[in-house]
Amino acid sequence: MNLNTKYVLKKTAKLILEDGNIFEGKIFGYQKSVAGEVVFNTGMVGYPETLTDPSYKGQILVMTYPLVGNYGIPPMNDNEDIPENFESDRIQVQALIVSEESKSFSHWNAVSSLDGWLKKFNVPGLYGIDTRRLTKILREHGTMPGKIEIGEEKVEYYNPDTDDLISKVTVHQLEKYGSGRKRILLIDCGCKKSILKNLLQRNESVLRVPYDYDIEKEDYDGVVISNGPGNPVVYKQLVSSAKKLLQKQVPTLGICMGHQIISLAAGAKTYKLKYGHRSQNQPVKEVGSNRCYVTSQNHSFAVNTKSLPRGWQPWFENLNDYSNEGTRHEKLPFITVQFHPEAAPGPVDTSFIFDEFLKNVK
Amino acid sequence: MKHKIKKVLVIGSSALKIGEAGEFDYSGSQAIKALKEEGIYTILINPNIATIQTSDYLADKVYLLPINTNYVEKVIAKEKPDGIILGFGGQTALNCGLALYREGILKKYNVTVLGTQIDAIENTEDRQLFCNKLSEINVKFPQSNAVTSVEEAVEFAQKIGFPVIIRIAYALGGLGSGICRNKNDVKKLAAKALSYSSQILVEEYLEGWKEIEYEVVRDRYDNCITVCNMENIDPMGIHTGESIVVAPSQTLTNNEFHMLREVAIKTIRHLGIVGECNIQYALDANSQDYRVIEVNARLSRSSALASKATGYPLAFVAAKLALGYGLHELPNSITKTTKAFFEPALDYIVVKVPRWDLKKFRLVKRNLGSSMKSVGEVMAIGRKFEEAIQKAMRMLDIGVEGLTASRTKVEFEELETALREPTEERMFAIVQALKKGYSVDWIYSLTHINKWFLYKIKNIVEIEKKIASTPAKKFSKELLLEAKQHGFSDRQIANILGLDAHDIYLKRTKYGIHPFIQHIDTLAAEYPAKTNYLYLTYNCSVHDFEFNLKRSVIILGSGPYRIGSSVEFDWCCVITGKTLREMGYKTVMINCNPETVSTDYDEFDALFFEELTTETIWEIYNAINPMGVVVSMGGQTPNNLVMKLYNIGIKILGTSPASIDTAENRSKFSAMLDELEIEQPEWSKLSTIQDALQFANKVGYPVLVRPSYVLSGAAMAIATHDFELTNFLQKAVDVSPEHPVVISKFLVNAKELEFDAVAQNGKIICSAISEHVENAGVHSGDATLVLPAQRTYLETMRQIKQISADIAKSLNINGPFNIQFIARDNRVKVIECNLRASRSFPFVSKTLKKNFIEIAAKVIVGKKVEYLDDHTFSYDYVGVKAPEFSFTRLEGADPTTGVEMASTGEVACLGQNFDEAFLKALTSVGYRFPVKSILISSGSIESKSELLEPTRQMVKLGIKFYATHGTSKFMNANGIPVEALEWPLSGKSPNAADFIKSGKVDLVINIPKNFQEEELTNDYIIRRTAVDYKIPLITNRQLAMRLAEALANKDPLNLETKSWDEY
Ligand SMILES: Nc1ncnc2c1ncn2[C@@H]1O[C@H](COP(=O)(O)OP(=O)(O)O)[C@@H](O)[C@H]1O
Ligand SMILES: Nc1ncnc2c1ncn2[C@@H]1O[C@H](COP(=O)(O)OP(=O)(O)O)[C@@H](O)[C@H]1O
Ligand SMILES: [Mg+2]
Ligand SMILES: [Mg+2]
Repeated sequence: MNLNTKYVLKKTAKLILEDGNIFEGKIFGYQKSVAGEVVFNTGMVGYPETLTDPSYKGQILVMTYPLVGNYGIPPMNDNEDIPENFESDRIQVQALIVSEESKSFSHWNAVSSLDGWLKKFNVPGLYGIDTRRLTKILREHGTMPGKIEIGEEKVEYYNPDTDDLISKVTVHQLEKYGSGRKRILLIDCGCKKSILKNLLQRNESVLRVPYDYDIEKEDYDGVVISNGPGNPVVYKQLVSSAKKLLQKQVPTLGICMGHQIISLAAGAKTYKLKYGHRSQNQPVKEVGSNRCYVTSQNHSFAVNTKSLPRGWQPWFENLNDYSNEGTRHEKLPFITVQFHPEAAPGPVDTSFIFDEFLKNVK
Repeated sequence: MKHKIKKVLVIGSSALKIGEAGEFDYSGSQAIKALKEEGIYTILINPNIATIQTSDYLADKVYLLPINTNYVEKVIAKEKPDGIILGFGGQTALNCGLALYREGILKKYNVTVLGTQIDAIENTEDRQLFCNKLSEINVKFPQSNAVTSVEEAVEFAQKIGFPVIIRIAYALGGLGSGICRNKNDVKKLAAKALSYSSQILVEEYLEGWKEIEYEVVRDRYDNCITVCNMENIDPMGIHTGESIVVAPSQTLTNNEFHMLREVAIKTIRHLGIVGECNIQYALDANSQDYRVIEVNARLSRSSALASKATGYPLAFVAAKLALGYGLHELPNSITKTTKAFFEPALDYIVVKVPRWDLKKFRLVKRNLGSSMKSVGEVMAIGRKFEEAIQKAMRMLDIGVEGLTASRTKVEFEELETALREPTEERMFAIVQALKKGYSVDWIYSLTHINKWFLYKIKNIVEIEKKIASTPAKKFSKELLLEAKQHGFSDRQIANILGLDAHDIYLKRTKYGIHPFIQHIDTLAAEYPAKTNYLYLTYNCSVHDFEFNLKRSVIILGSGPYRIGSSVEFDWCCVITGKTLREMGYKTVMINCNPETVSTDYDEFDALFFEELTTETIWEIYNAINPMGVVVSMGGQTPNNLVMKLYNIGIKILGTSPASIDTAENRSKFSAMLDELEIEQPEWSKLSTIQDALQFANKVGYPVLVRPSYVLSGAAMAIATHDFELTNFLQKAVDVSPEHPVVISKFLVNAKELEFDAVAQNGKIICSAISEHVENAGVHSGDATLVLPAQRTYLETMRQIKQISADIAKSLNINGPFNIQFIARDNRVKVIECNLRASRSFPFVSKTLKKNFIEIAAKVIVGKKVEYLDDHTFSYDYVGVKAPEFSFTRLEGADPTTGVEMASTGEVACLGQNFDEAFLKALTSVGYRFPVKSILISSGSIESKSELLEPTRQMVKLGIKFYATHGTSKFMNANGIPVEALEWPLSGKSPNAADFIKSGKVDLVINIPKNFQEEELTNDYIIRRTAVDYKIPLITNRQLAMRLAEALANKDPLNLETKSWDEY
């Protein structure tokens, strides 16, 4: 890397998309070139939660809401194991792209600016970008690799779809929480803290294990497979341990990646959506009823409803594109959801999913 | 088919008033559209003749009748509807619905209430029931207590501690509510509030808390969404209708946002709302603590705003839900591909700013508080807060060119007071404070306006400084772009640099800096929009809009509603759009008022929710290059732009700009009249007090003074002698060569008439002559209009037609126009001529059942239309238009009429004769019959004698009269028994004011002795007490006389209930 660029602070940088589109913007946060898959999220609140969501690993995030950082960043207390205002203990996105980053912020619970926070975690940001135009490109062309290049510091495009991203965000060893009667095994694929929080709020005890952990070694009453980044088909070992769970008929809940893994284990197929679902206003309908819910979502891949094997039924469907939003087994205690019942950020309408799951856990 | 309903009665909101304005024309019209789409037969009751919903193409039957149980029952009995909807006509419709239910009328005719049911409405309207409901689900609300006596109020206030706020159940616009910091405040306010309502609420005052609103929609399957949340920039304590509001909220965290959302949904489910409602919160600025302030179980001002802010057609959807549809069964009408069950994601920020007209009122209290005083609002859209708020300031059309750097300065000596006790000008106080170097923290402590907003305003101030400190040649592209991105207009930048706006425009084009058109698509570009709901921003880099507008015509809207310009012009714009669309033109609307139908994106082929300024219109004009621009439908705002637009090369459709200029420019206009030998009141333009006095004495007093530059509130005034004139010219206005005053001879005891017409190539095609009930001197907008004229000499009518024909010819008018005449003993004089649609166009069009605007629209685009004029004799019925005043809300204002317009709305009713229509119209604007007792002060000796016979008439009808001293002497002397009362200031009792308070009189007639009283006279106190205690008030002689006759001829409780088409 050309040295002098490392020291001379630049004001502007380019976002370069694989299709050749180039956006010039102003730099905030940490100064470094990065590559990732460029995706957009239409949520209007919750940037501290969003940026710390491990499912964004490997992605450059575009916020369609133009004003970001207004209420600053709440305290991140390093030694508390379940941070109140964040979904993990660090910023997970490769980079952040906004129209305006609010230099000044105001909130009783804020301790730093968005800019300062990005610097702390060495994450670069671009502002002054026409995020609406960028979003329309991604909508029409589909999400695609892109890179932010600062000065002479070049980087290669990066496509996360073949990569094992979970290994970068999962816990390193088993962790125990709570002391409730029911023992829930939480397979951490890059678990959002709010999933853990929801289980503990219901007074259960939780065993949180790495995604490649040998789950035979533990005993438990129910299993939750969490959300996580990347392409489900990459995680063969995970799918096979899911298969075992199904054979043993352990009550299981799959969320997002967990939903895709269990579906694969059951024999269904997944595919990549053109530009995914990343927002807090995804409408889902319970199949065969008139009940609809507004959900928080963040995923690129989806389960093909038609490919669901016998015994499995679609549980929820997306009201915009009718893609699958959850499945359930006719007789056995397996339920999965593509959306995020733990919300954070987003609406909490579907937190009942956790109760549904715990009803299955004896 | 979701429902068995065949026939539905829709109740409107009657005249526009403070707290209940155009938004309900929007919601009512959408509801009717939604019902029609289902093949349902719709019946509308609404006397507001200027609305779109009372047009012939919407409801199947329209009743221009008062909205009270008496009339509504008659209509129900006649039409036998099987359903009724109460949620689309504001508080008026809601209250009427409750009354219908309580009087068993709905049951009697078994009419089903569609949508939200009565019990749910009661649970939201009755504060005590409401609080009980909330407690059942542990939702927090302010510590409060419903009391029925002053003593209880004081007691409870002392229990929860000061400050407290006193509020009224069943009141809109926060009527009668206010803050009490001590025991005495409570005593005063409680007494007043209890006079409006038997039950009042005393509650903890949440000082400095944020005020947040959510718009919630629920269907019968219990599916529930929040379509939009909104944050008031002004803290709790300033009514949401008075607050500057942003959508979506800007300073709420995810936890706060979704906590309030969850509470909203929980509450609405518990209350069992079906359709749309609004929930208001207070949110602590220093913790996550919250309170629910209220739920409005109906479409509201906020829901209209939310619809426009998000593109989600709340009223339309609510109507469908009322019929039993589920949200997932209805389409998203913007994307067409997705469903109505979703929550819009915005990728822009919306700022709503209210419009006030307080300076029009003498003695009014200008402080903002928990009750509403604003008369309209604008909504601005941008990608930065700075961009949006500066747009909004321009949209207000109050003479400022943005938040700062205007030619007209708004400044304060008592800056801290201006910040601590906010008035409608508080934003300018903040700017001034920032310029003076006040810290954001200090300003926050004075205003409780969240610092984030203050920082943003500071950015604006700093960019202004930056520009000011840059030498013209160093003025870079970057700086110019930065300024534009932060909402600076070319004019503002020019002001800072001492240049002309055009110089900045040229610089801008040289650098290629132009705004880009963007869509409002409800999903932040996640799905493509199929409609053209658009705005401009400098914070994007490409147009998001394919130019599919061949043969397009731009129509300029009316901007914010204000006194003198409101829904009547929206009707003109909408009808114009409809007509041109049917003729195959692509129609483009530019408007910035969220309370309108013209800002419904489906009314036109494209809607630009934008500023009505030369700069913006020019940018849009260039982007879509249309055939031309229609300037004659939106009232005075577009009319004032004509010459500017014309001079920069915009094609003006209709009457030529030169002619418009001749009509607008007094000197040119008189020159023309002289040539045509048409009389007008003698006038002169003068620039020294000496000349003014000289002229006044030459023509003789009284004289009417029209200043070109105003210091205090008083714009126009009447002077009756040298002293008054000198006084006014010294105190109120600035007289100088650059600010001359126009003084005209004021004709007393003269009749005033309105001439509304459409001409093609200078030939009149259709016309209407309406006469005023009040003599000249009462602004035409406040006057009671009669059509066809009933008491005007034929000779006068003939002259008016002749004069109008001559004017139309010599100005070669092509389109709508209006001339105001004064007539005395058959001599007709012209007051003014407007070459545009006037306030009375909807009234004349709907009364004569001949759509003047449809005709005008065709003329404007050059289509030949045949001569349609006819005889006033061919009408066997009469239309009467009456004004609605909102004096009750304008604390302190002297409730009289004069040459300055004061009314906020109007109604019109038809009848087989004048008395019939007149009494209906009065009932519609709040007169209550029967009248059993009247308090009269009959003014000058001349007016005393004139009122003698009418009084005798009314006494014969068995009406008991009370009078103040002079009047009682006079009446008794003439053998009319009246009971004398003391003057309020006399200190003796029984005095007139106490008498009104104790509810002993049904009507107050108080004729002012002179044109405008500045001080708190006895008469002022009587008038003010009357409006404060909601007693009908008449301050005009002719009005009193007509009423006396009408009461003698007709039983006001037994008038015919014919629908519009039955006349
Ligand atoms: N407890 C309170 N403390 C402070 N301000 C209040 C309180 N309750 C109401 N207000 C203010 O009064 C305004 C009007 O009250 P609201 O209940 O909304 O009446 P309305 O029916 O006129 O909207 C609110 O917008 C808010 O600003
Ligand atoms: N010379 C006059 N004599 C008597 N009344 C007048 C005269 N000129 C105006 N007025 C009254 O003042 C009102 C407002 O005057 P106008 O010129 O129409 O102002 P605006 O432009 O606000 O309509 C008129 O409606 C009329 O009642
Ligand atoms: Mg309210
Ligand atoms: Mg006039």
